[in-house]
Amino acid sequence: MSPPALRLEAVTKRFAAGDRVVTALDAVDIVVPAGGICGLIGPDGAGKTTLMRLAAGLLAPDTGRIDVLGLDPTAEPQAVQSAVGYMPQRFGLYEDLSVQENLDLYADLHGVPHSRRRQRYARLMRMTGLAPFTRRLAGRLSGGMKQKLGLACALVDPPRLLLLDEPTVGVDPVSRRELWSIVVQQVGEAGMTVLLSTAYLDEAERCDQVILIHEGRVLGQDAPEGFAREAAGRSFELEAPGVHARRLQSRLARLPGVLDASVIGDQVRIVTTPGFDPDPRDLLPQMHDLSIRAVPPRFEDAFILRLRGAVGASSPAPIGPIQVSADRDETVIRVRNLERRFGRFRAVKGVSFSVRRGEIFGLLGANGAGKTTTFRMLCGLLPPSGGELSVAGHDLRHARAQARARIGYMAQKFSLYSNLTVWQNLRFFAAAYGLRGARHRQRLRWALEGFELGAFRDVNAGVLPLGYKQRLAFAAALMHEPEILFLDEPTSGVDPLARREFWARINALAEAGVTALVTTHFMEEANYCDRLVIMADGEILAEGSPHEIRARARTPDHPRPSMEDAFIGLIQGRRQAA
Amino acid sequence: MNAATRMRLRGMIRKESLQIVRDPSSIAIAFVLPVILLFLFGYGVSLDARRIPLGLVIEQPDAATAALAGAFERSEFFAPRRFASIQEARRALVERRLDGIVWMRSDFARRLLHGDTAPIAVLVNGVDANQARITQGYVQGAWLAWLERYAAARGRALPAGAALEPRVWFNAALVSRHFLVPGLVAIIMTLIGSLLTALVVAREWDRGTMEALMVTPLHIRELIAGKLVPYFVLGMGGMLFTVALAVWQFDVPLRGSLWALAGAGALFMLVSLAMGLAISFAAKNQFVAGQVAIVVTFLPAFILSGFIFDIHSMPGPIQVITHVVPARYFVAILQSLFLAGDVWPVYWANMAAMVVLLAAFMTMVRRKARKRLE
Repeated sequence: MSPPALRLEAVTKRFAAGDRVVTALDAVDIVVPAGGICGLIGPDGAGKTTLMRLAAGLLAPDTGRIDVLGLDPTAEPQAVQSAVGYMPQRFGLYEDLSVQENLDLYADLHGVPHSRRRQRYARLMRMTGLAPFTRRLAGRLSGGMKQKLGLACALVDPPRLLLLDEPTVGVDPVSRRELWSIVVQQVGEAGMTVLLSTAYLDEAERCDQVILIHEGRVLGQDAPEGFAREAAGRSFELEAPGVHARRLQSRLARLPGVLDASVIGDQVRIVTTPGFDPDPRDLLPQMHDLSIRAVPPRFEDAFILRLRGAVGASSPAPIGPIQVSADRDETVIRVRNLERRFGRFRAVKGVSFSVRRGEIFGLLGANGAGKTTTFRMLCGLLPPSGGELSVAGHDLRHARAQARARIGYMAQKFSLYSNLTVWQNLRFFAAAYGLRGARHRQRLRWALEGFELGAFRDVNAGVLPLGYKQRLAFAAALMHEPEILFLDEPTSGVDPLARREFWARINALAEAGVTALVTTHFMEEANYCDRLVIMADGEILAEGSPHEIRARARTPDHPRPSMEDAFIGLIQGRRQAA
Repeated sequence: MNAATRMRLRGMIRKESLQIVRDPSSIAIAFVLPVILLFLFGYGVSLDARRIPLGLVIEQPDAATAALAGAFERSEFFAPRRFASIQEARRALVERRLDGIVWMRSDFARRLLHGDTAPIAVLVNGVDANQARITQGYVQGAWLAWLERYAAARGRALPAGAALEPRVWFNAALVSRHFLVPGLVAIIMTLIGSLLTALVVAREWDRGTMEALMVTPLHIRELIAGKLVPYFVLGMGGMLFTVALAVWQFDVPLRGSLWALAGAGALFMLVSLAMGLAISFAAKNQFVAGQVAIVVTFLPAFILSGFIFDIHSMPGPIQVITHVVPARYFVAILQSLFLAGDVWPVYWANMAAMVVLLAAFMTMVRRKARKRLE
């Protein structure tokens, strides 16, 4: 058997963050066997990028040993850097150079002889579908195309070990599938080893090996089937006609013996404690036509089990009551032919939709689809170039403070003051929303208790684990009990447990009559929405309930398409039309 | 140099050149900014006295006072206004409508006849010390010149005895533009060499392209050289352009040889580039790199190089600091090359100082620039 491509032995890496020391990697032992694709899977902040940089010789470990293709990156970083291929998170492209010029640069740096280039370029361009765009500036490519060009640059001279740091984050599912097929093809042809990090759990199943990493610790390394085996016999799908899957999910999640419950299409998937035999009559006696069937385990089930083992079980505390008017049929957000141009670029092209009170409304799309721009216009942060919009009867750009006080906004990447403590952040947001006296004290207590932030009260927000940052940002947006919530990518990068918690809270708020607008690029999360729109290139491709949208992709051979299938169908339909 | 190194270097230089050509800000710093600075310093800023607002107080008008007042009024250096009383003139001085007052008392004519040395009183506004000294000097000069003519007309010797005959070398007309504009060459090259270079390298850190460059066979020496060569060419282009404008647009004489100027310019460009690279490798962030480059390279080149302010009149400790400002040496070379000619002892002494600084900054770059992220 050939020696491993990469080996880490008891590697620890710490960083100073202000006056605290953050342990990015804690006594990590992994072996990446030569050949095949090894997935490094974990949420943001797990230590994936640090591990990649250590393997590339860009960082030196505090303790422990690293072996890359038989070389020591601490002693001879240049030798390692000459031998491996690397695509950092922002793909290392020069946006002011054309596709061809980027390729030429990397070919020069890797010493690819001119005689071999023509053939290699042609092959890479065919694989990535970039052939018609070789003269276009990289900065003017779409997110998915940039990602593919980044990969092509890393593959100009096929390396023995290719390190890809989150190559699929934020791109649309079509580009994701294409990227994966390129990687799989290259591995097969060139016999290279790929270490690929990702926060998408469904990508684990495409890997030969998976390393599961969480908060700097390795939770396990195995083939994906090996992980899934742990959840064997413990995964079930339930369905109750006439009952909203989300409501079913929230009831199932509270049952003893159920470790995890998530919405999958119109069904709810649960993972149970070992030996638990769910009987529909015992599980939810009041629901008569509940049907249950055993399903094969998924990688995500195993990840949840491992996380529960590492973190301990916790179901979110009940969120305190929020008082809003109960008129459910009232339309609270209305958008008609909304347009936004930046120079000659049309970021949002004539978008229309409306949202009723108490709805969870999703905006689904890849990076660059126009979700955030639409959001900013709705919140009054950006003037529209055309069209009409009203939120709770106002255009928030001209509305008074009272109208603004009725909405809560959670920006992308959780805009918190990173050098203030959790308590100081909460106090600031409470004061900013004009809370005083008893109400001020009561809401602060509610935030600390309802979001279980008490233990982190005096910790600076900047060094919180990502899941807690998300909770804090969410609490801050809810401080003044708004009736409409704008949540921009609220679950991006957080671990699956934190994501489930988040959706449980949103559910509870929607039950209480709060309207929530949520953007996401996680296809499966769309199932939690009441209604959603799918956006691409600033346009709405489809609107409806998750069920209706999925139904569009239904074919005789594919009777139960996922949201991702539906999305891909829509994008491909659009490309063919173009 | 083997073939692989050559290929990598060529790739880097080509990439960097394309980025320069496509980035409007680098062209602006190299060619538009010099024009703006040259016009500002060539036309707007002048350290010469022209039309100094001067108050004349004549207590008892007669032939002598009329002659002296006439002398001031005819001079291109003064813009005199008459005041009826000293109180009125003083008020104008306090309000800064005047830079100085010439006060001819009622006994002016009598004291002049007696051969008294100072029959006039001169008051200057000392708020702006520099302007006060200039005013004082010019008034004194005008007074002495008039006195001499007055005495000669009456066939008498100067009352004070010795006559003053000033003679200025190298900038005979005392046009400040002639020493400001050559100094600007140093300022502009500092902008290109340090500020622009610090910004473009820091941009690579910001955009994450540096990380990708590092994990390639590209050696750190090649990375540095790849950055140096294109910006060196750009900086020399900026210098050529500035010198051409100085000579043809502003009629600044170039008395030294062009080769000496090119040699000193090239050396100074290297020192500036080394500073810019050292800053960007230490800061790794465009905003910080820009701020540091302005404070550490641009402002000292402006203030501490002798470009505007004379180093010898600075306080001792500040004079010591000027020794590590590379622009100081280059400004000295520039001013001597433009106004005096090839003064080799001055030239080589300053060149040697720049070589020492270059070695120091390059050592810093080599120490800071590693293919590591921390």
